[in-house]
Amino acid sequence: MRVYFDYNATTPVAPDVVEAMTHVTLDLFGNPSSVHHFGQEAKRVLDDARAAVARLIGGEPSEVVFTSGGTESDNFAIRGVAEALEPTGRRHLITTAIEHEAVLNTFRALVRRGWRTTLLPVDQTGIVAPDRLREALEPTAGKPDDTVLVSVMHANNEIGTVQPVAELAAIAHERHAVFHTDAVQSVGKIPVDVRALGVDLLSLSAHKFNGPKGAGALWIKRGTRMHPILTGGKHERNRRAGTENVPAIAGLGVAASLAAGKLATEAVRVKQLRDRLEERVLSAVAGTAINGVREPRVPNTTNISFDRVEAESLLIALDLEGVAVSTGSACSSGTLEPSHVLKAMGLPSHRAQNSLRFSLGSLSTEADVDRVIEVLPRLVDKLRALTPKTVGAHGGVPSARFPA
Amino acid sequence: MSGGVDSSVAAALLADEGHDVIGISMQLHNVGAASPHDDFASVSHDIVATGSDDASGRRMPSFGGCCSLEDLHDARRVAAALNIPYYMMNFERQFNDQVVSNFVREYASGRTPLPCAHCNSDLKFATLVERARAFGADSLATGHYARVERDWNAGRFLLKRAADATKDQSYFLFSLNQDQLSHALFPVGDRSKAAVRDYARQRRLPVADKPDSQELCFIPDNDYASFVTSRAPDVARAGLIVDEHDRRLGTHDGVHRFTIGQRKGLGLSSSATPGRPLYVLKINPAERQVVVGPKASLERTTLTASHVNWIVDEPACPIRAEVQIRYRHRAAPATVRSVGRSVEVVFDTPQIAVTPGQAVVFYDGDTVLGGGWID
Repeated sequence: MRVYFDYNATTPVAPDVVEAMTHVTLDLFGNPSSVHHFGQEAKRVLDDARAAVARLIGGEPSEVVFTSGGTESDNFAIRGVAEALEPTGRRHLITTAIEHEAVLNTFRALVRRGWRTTLLPVDQTGIVAPDRLREALEPTAGKPDDTVLVSVMHANNEIGTVQPVAELAAIAHERHAVFHTDAVQSVGKIPVDVRALGVDLLSLSAHKFNGPKGAGALWIKRGTRMHPILTGGKHERNRRAGTENVPAIAGLGVAASLAAGKLATEAVRVKQLRDRLEERVLSAVAGTAINGVREPRVPNTTNISFDRVEAESLLIALDLEGVAVSTGSACSSGTLEPSHVLKAMGLPSHRAQNSLRFSLGSLSTEADVDRVIEVLPRLVDKLRALTPKTVGAHGGVPSARFPA
Repeated sequence: MSGGVDSSVAAALLADEGHDVIGISMQLHNVGAASPHDDFASVSHDIVATGSDDASGRRMPSFGGCCSLEDLHDARRVAAALNIPYYMMNFERQFNDQVVSNFVREYASGRTPLPCAHCNSDLKFATLVERARAFGADSLATGHYARVERDWNAGRFLLKRAADATKDQSYFLFSLNQDQLSHALFPVGDRSKAAVRDYARQRRLPVADKPDSQELCFIPDNDYASFVTSRAPDVARAGLIVDEHDRRLGTHDGVHRFTIGQRKGLGLSSSATPGRPLYVLKINPAERQVVVGPKASLERTTLTASHVNWIVDEPACPIRAEVQIRYRHRAAPATVRSVGRSVEVVFDTPQIAVTPGQAVVFYDGDTVLGGGWID
């Protein structure tokens, strides 16, 4: 029996999605920019998908631009705004210390090109305090409203905490900054409504909610000043050049419809499983603690630290028992740096290295949770018995649970 | 699994014999990946530590060599071809603490270190084997050319030279203790290098024709001196080069640039050294002095070594053995006397360049009796 508890890395593609993609690939191969029948058929696929995505997030179809996924959407949002507003002479960008690398490394690239950047801190709750944003927006060197863009993720990929995006967006707007949220880990898991959030830009990715890899979208509120970052033909209303990945976008559309249809029931079901897992791990394994605040959190994610256990070893031991989890964000180079998210929360680096992320989803069952509880305590005991004293010892830091 | 042909074939041989094999690569350095918080040092809030602040505040330089990202990809491809589970495990901190720090310290104190031996006994067959045991593994196999045999009569494990004498790496494994040897498998140790390559080709392993690595894995450009000074800038302090009679022949930029027996790179003008070639005889780190002289002065018939590891029972009386003082040294007959955790070695005939920091390993034919670190 294999258990997959790594839904925040990616999710299994829903059969309806596969069917739609197969149909489009085989039967509707036209280029959506073509004038003729074949092109019109393909164009209709895009229109349907655009409407489905818009429905899922409460926007207008015309505000949805298809991209290759979350990373491109984040790049597009940040670079697109920075480039469009560069001539205004404003040179400040704000994000948080717990963003995904797609945001952090894009900010870093802009730092090298002369932009000033502020990374908002978080405390051990893993939530950004609105006052920190207010401070960061204060005029610097006599320049009021120097900030062009604030980018704050909706749900964190590693610990699942949900940021007070609506409040933060309102604060940013008071100072005339554009507000972007990376909602890759919240769309499809909790209700996301762009109007209620009051954001200007929102990134989403199909493969995080049972869609295919290589498809995503950036929602751009009408009127937002943006430059394209991929230049070329007049695709996507001149916002994103390149012939659209029609089959994958069809898959995104179906995944969005499926997610919208089952969001309420699925969130409850998955939350029960996650809570059960959490409760049983905490009671069955000594020296465990949840990282970050328990609410508000996406219902599928928990990040647990295991005192005196190197997470890397536990991950491998679990995998050899058929249980797939993660130490944080999946990283292409496979390096296992202590998580920047947990470090930013102020956890000492040994504790950051003692932490595993369990993320559940559409195909998770109670049997999966039971299986994890069956193997986990034994593996932790084994690793603790073998772990040298120097590894992961909680040097003076109490292993008490954080306040919820 | 380093991504080289030897460890790949070691894994293949075990898998083909029907063992339950898990592939592990040791990631020994940061593979050029910066932390997501780097470059944000100038931000206005006292937010986040930048990514490089490990406990010591040091940052490992990026290096390639045997453990470059490319090689790890090769290891992954081999594991996929063998259909075995494969994991990269991060040993950056341990490698730095157990191997690299010692390497730098030894050069800084005028000695010539042997990092691979430390890596074997202090990291691979220590930390790694411990992790592997936690995954339910009975043994740790590597691609070393050496053999382990069980001496049932004596109730102990013996370390022996490889079948392919030209590839033998038992010299680097002398410091393994009985517990470590009991968990060690060297599947390529009874094969020739040519046979290993043949097996890789026959098995269609993607690394079958990959060249052997020659350098230390953490110094792929072979520039030890720059590596040492990058880690210990204080070492790069000028000193004198003198002859055996304390006559000044020239100056140097740091004792870490020298090893006993070295002839090239002394930087002496020919007027200072008329006639015959000069060799480094001795390094006095305290005075930052390098003593040079003719080849004949490199000869020694005795040495002492410490931190000795006996694989056989520690001999009560002096024993006769063939004694090897460098990786490529032909073991020479000698008398070895054990004194506590040290030994005194008296060679039958003088040996060239006895080098402090290198290993001295005692053999009885193919069998490693023990070894220690030359004083």
